[in-house]
Amino acid sequence: MEVTETWYLLLSALLFALGATGLLIRRNPLVMFMCVELMLNAVNISFVAFSNALDDLSGQTAVFFVLVVAAAEVVVGLSLTVAVLRRRPEATADDIASLRG
Amino acid sequence: MLIAQEFVRPIIDWHGVAPELTLLAIGAMVTLVDIIWNEKAQRIIPTLTGLGFLAALLPVLTLWSDRDELPRVMWDGAYVVDEYSLVLKGLFLVSAYVVVLLATNYMHDGDYYEGEFYQLVSASVVGMLVMTSARDLISIFVAIELISIPAYLMAAWRKRDLKSNEAGLKYMLMGVFASALMLYGMSLLYGFAGDTRLAAIAPALRSSESIPLITLAVVFVVVGFGFKVSAVPFHTWAPDTYEGAPTPLTAFLAVASKAAGFVALMSVVIVAFPEQSGVAEPLLWVLAAVTMTVGNLIAMRQTNIVRMLAYSGIAQAGYMIAPLAVFGDVPSSAARAIVIYLVIYAAMNLGAFAVVITAARKTRSGEISSYGGLFQYAPGLAVLMTLFLFSLAGIPPFGGWYAKYQVFLVLVEPATTAGYVLAAIGAVNAVLAAFYYLSIMKQMWFMPEPNGDHTRVQITPSLQAALAITAIVTLVTGVLPGVIPDVGDLVVALP
Repeated sequence: MEVTETWYLLLSALLFALGATGLLIRRNPLVMFMCVELMLNAVNISFVAFSNALDDLSGQTAVFFVLVVAAAEVVVGLSLTVAVLRRRPEATADDIASLRG
Repeated sequence: MLIAQEFVRPIIDWHGVAPELTLLAIGAMVTLVDIIWNEKAQRIIPTLTGLGFLAALLPVLTLWSDRDELPRVMWDGAYVVDEYSLVLKGLFLVSAYVVVLLATNYMHDGDYYEGEFYQLVSASVVGMLVMTSARDLISIFVAIELISIPAYLMAAWRKRDLKSNEAGLKYMLMGVFASALMLYGMSLLYGFAGDTRLAAIAPALRSSESIPLITLAVVFVVVGFGFKVSAVPFHTWAPDTYEGAPTPLTAFLAVASKAAGFVALMSVVIVAFPEQSGVAEPLLWVLAAVTMTVGNLIAMRQTNIVRMLAYSGIAQAGYMIAPLAVFGDVPSSAARAIVIYLVIYAAMNLGAFAVVITAARKTRSGEISSYGGLFQYAPGLAVLMTLFLFSLAGIPPFGGWYAKYQVFLVLVEPATTAGYVLAAIGAVNAVLAAFYYLSIMKQMWFMPEPNGDHTRVQITPSLQAALAITAIVTLVTGVLPGVIPDVGDLVVALP
């Protein structure tokens, strides 16, 4: 059986759905953050698969930008998580609710 | 498989990118001044940043005076400087200048880190300038992240306050989630179009046959931007973030950051989805109707003025989405109406925040009940707040009415039932909104000061300047709406 682009796209859709579900049901800020990273990497797989299928480089260029931006987001996200957890160790997303939408 | 192409150095129009480069240089200079002189420089850094924004306005003006040269198309059509982008660049730079004026005393008196704050503000504004010209999925993505990532940090700036930490964390998680949704939509669009430039995507989508997947891509992209502009039901982060963040930064998020989200939404929807209006229009119609109604209904119940302004901003965002619900028939007038709304909204909302920040210097409170007796001890402030609230409610002759009037004109222009119904919903909402704006006025004008404290409010020079700029713009745009430059059509040409 030959592995075609469709397989990669399905993998990407699956990882994306997994990340989105995780973000919505998990309550630990750190795990929620990991789920977002999973979603961003699913997007990368999708970009590369399309780039390969279309024989076009701009999809792979996009991946570089997504990677760099994701790295910047990790720096900011972790520092914010640390700032919260330092004040309230063991905090979950439900505890971080002194502000009510 | 991929054939290596010979590298061709792109031709850069230095005049066209001068505003961004100037601001970048200013940001670097502020960083250096902060590092070299440290404590001694704290007093001049806000002034330096503010002047930097005005300096970046100069190339925008020279580009505007050289309008015959427009549009300046760079990087194969990925970056376009046209009248639309110049008007918006001006809007972002002036708004950022007013935000710096608002932040000057707040940051200093609160003993927060100052140098870093202004560096992050300039980084965020560079992202906004890039956004106005970006006509490519990748540059739109990079611009939106350049705007958001510094904003996540600034939202958590009062780092010893748990509320502020929470504001930053919530904003970051929702913002990154929205970016991921948007990016997934973009990757699908790229897959169908084989190009990341918006102008090339439109014709490619027309000939494509996978309708369900294109629909999915359009929905993902619109929902991702929906988070950024805090459209209901993707608005839940906004009131919490606005309340917890430092108030000047709240003004920045509610005005400049939201406007940047609209610019992205407008560019993508109008340039890339003209053939997908069957999918995008109903989606945006529902978003607009729900956003203005829910925003107004919840705003009525708020007792904290910053939260009330947050929900009122959500309701106003509904009006700004509304023209896009009929963009298929009238793309140019929809874009024009949104730009006019953004300019006037920026002036009146920044003005309202300026009054809130000034009043909080005395009352130390954000509760609406603390506004009792404002007219007795600070009549000027009460009159200005009345002006901004009248404008937000859309009462002539202040700017707000003209913005709403333009939106209604666009909605009835194509003469469709959907347009008429949305205009009717907008009209009902204007009445709802007047209710809670008037309740603040009642507090200011007729209620006694809760503590019987009638000492005057000290209005610092920078706050005076901010109040003057916003009040003048709000008044002039209402009386002489013609002063807002016409943005013309969005340039979609590929070289």
